[in-house]
Amino acid sequence: MVITRDKVLEWIKRYADLLAENRDYLTQLDAAIGDADHGANMDRGFKAVLSKMPEIADKDIGTILKTVGMTLLATVGGAGGPLYGTLFLQAGMKTTGKMELTLEDWINALEAGITGVKNRGKAELGDKTMIDALVPAWNALKQAAENGSNLGEALDRCARAAEEGMKATIPLVARKGRASYLGERSAGHQDPGATSSYLMLRAAAEVWRDA
Amino acid sequence: MKKLINKPEDVVREELEGMALAHPDLIRVHFDPNYVVRVDAPVKGKVGVLSGGGSGHEPMHGGLVGIGMLDAACPGAVFTSPTPDQMLEATKAINGGAGVLHIVKNYTGDIMNFEMAADLARAEGIEVESVIIDDDVAVQDSLYTAGRRGVGSTVLAEKLCGAAAEQGRSLKEVADVCRKVKDWGRSMGMALTSCTVPHVGRPTFDLPEDEMEIGIGIHGEPGRTRMKLKPADEIVEMLMEPIIKDIPYKPGDEVLLFVNGMGGTPLIELYIVYRKAHQIATQHGLKVVRNLIGSYITSLEMAGTSITLLKMDEDMIKLWDAPVKTPGLRWGM
Repeated sequence: MVITRDKVLEWIKRYADLLAENRDYLTQLDAAIGDADHGANMDRGFKAVLSKMPEIADKDIGTILKTVGMTLLATVGGAGGPLYGTLFLQAGMKTTGKMELTLEDWINALEAGITGVKNRGKAELGDKTMIDALVPAWNALKQAAENGSNLGEALDRCARAAEEGMKATIPLVARKGRASYLGERSAGHQDPGATSSYLMLRAAAEVWRDA
Repeated sequence: MKKLINKPEDVVREELEGMALAHPDLIRVHFDPNYVVRVDAPVKGKVGVLSGGGSGHEPMHGGLVGIGMLDAACPGAVFTSPTPDQMLEATKAINGGAGVLHIVKNYTGDIMNFEMAADLARAEGIEVESVIIDDDVAVQDSLYTAGRRGVGSTVLAEKLCGAAAEQGRSLKEVADVCRKVKDWGRSMGMALTSCTVPHVGRPTFDLPEDEMEIGIGIHGEPGRTRMKLKPADEIVEMLMEPIIKDIPYKPGDEVLLFVNGMGGTPLIELYIVYRKAHQIATQHGLKVVRNLIGSYITSLEMAGTSITLLKMDEDMIKLWDAPVKTPGLRWGM
């Protein structure tokens, strides 16, 4: 079972749709502890990505992901632009020339993306950021693969772990990003970046489950 | 939401179009990517001074572009950092061969986008120095936060660095002026009301009629404490004490006192704030040698104020007094 290039395009499209549907929800989460722009920024960025899709639809997966990264970098702004831009750029470098991805390839690409996010944002697990969804999700993905799960199962576990990680940000006190200015008052709110990261992995599970 | 706008998504573009029509003698506006640039840029042999940030803080930064202040400003979406491609193009547009200073406010998004832009500009052979302004004493500076926010001192840094660049100083010397402002300036703000981001359509936080928020930033982000409204004199004490305690000012030190409006507070109230802030500074033995009073770094229509104290030396006073001609600030020419 492999993830074809068309499935990668479908994933990006599905993620863009989820961001559009959740635009106000993400912005509300951000209004509570940040500056009320995350939903609008991500939606604007992925609308720009969608408009680029026709030009890149016949390229390799690496080129597609790198184009997504560059587009996000130029259109999202805020912290989300450099962070998601870096995630897709790094994942794109790991998949250069590929026309399909095995589970192993996806594990490696996601790892490269997460490492890029950590280097750019300098956040660690427990800082109440997107890392809190991404790292447990990657661990679950890796674990599932080692246990011999098939692609669909592994992706489901990955999305579930992301969801749990996202929910686990609620009691945390933010130590990175604009929410950290609130100190203790940031506790009790779900992190918007962890939420948009969960949506990304949920989109992958939905679209690639039956690959 | 009640705002003088057409469509929320057109706010920044239409504002820039208005500025271009209003000030063709001072600035040019470039679209896609968006930046405001001094009309005669690049000035050969002069250090370029660039800043940028989310929109919604006008006149900062675009309204502070012109002679003796910024060479260019990159406006992002409302309350959202601009992107590296804007910053790179603006940096190239103002590089007169002597390098470019990036004045960056300490917010996670601004830092990351400016870092990427500086890397790209250096890769194209442009010398870039970046100075990060982080003067908000309302935020505890510790390993466990993103650090203090950049607020009021940014406006003062842009004036002083712009004047230094105009005199023909080197990139390092202009950056040194900026680092002095970073070290010697401290600010704190408060809000009487929240503000509404156009594409969100409702206030960022709810603040009941009889309450205020102390220690707010400039993006409608809530502050550290909320309390019942108090008379202006008591509010000014609450802002001034942490500022004065934070820098070991000595009696006899000369300072610039900047009383800033957050966008929805009239000048009549800002002078009431200035009166008390001046009294408190004087009681601490500080000599207020220069001042700035008005709405320069705003948070849309938020009502409230921020106070900035900047310790001054002889050179900084000269730079402050030097001529400046921008849409938002002008004297001496």
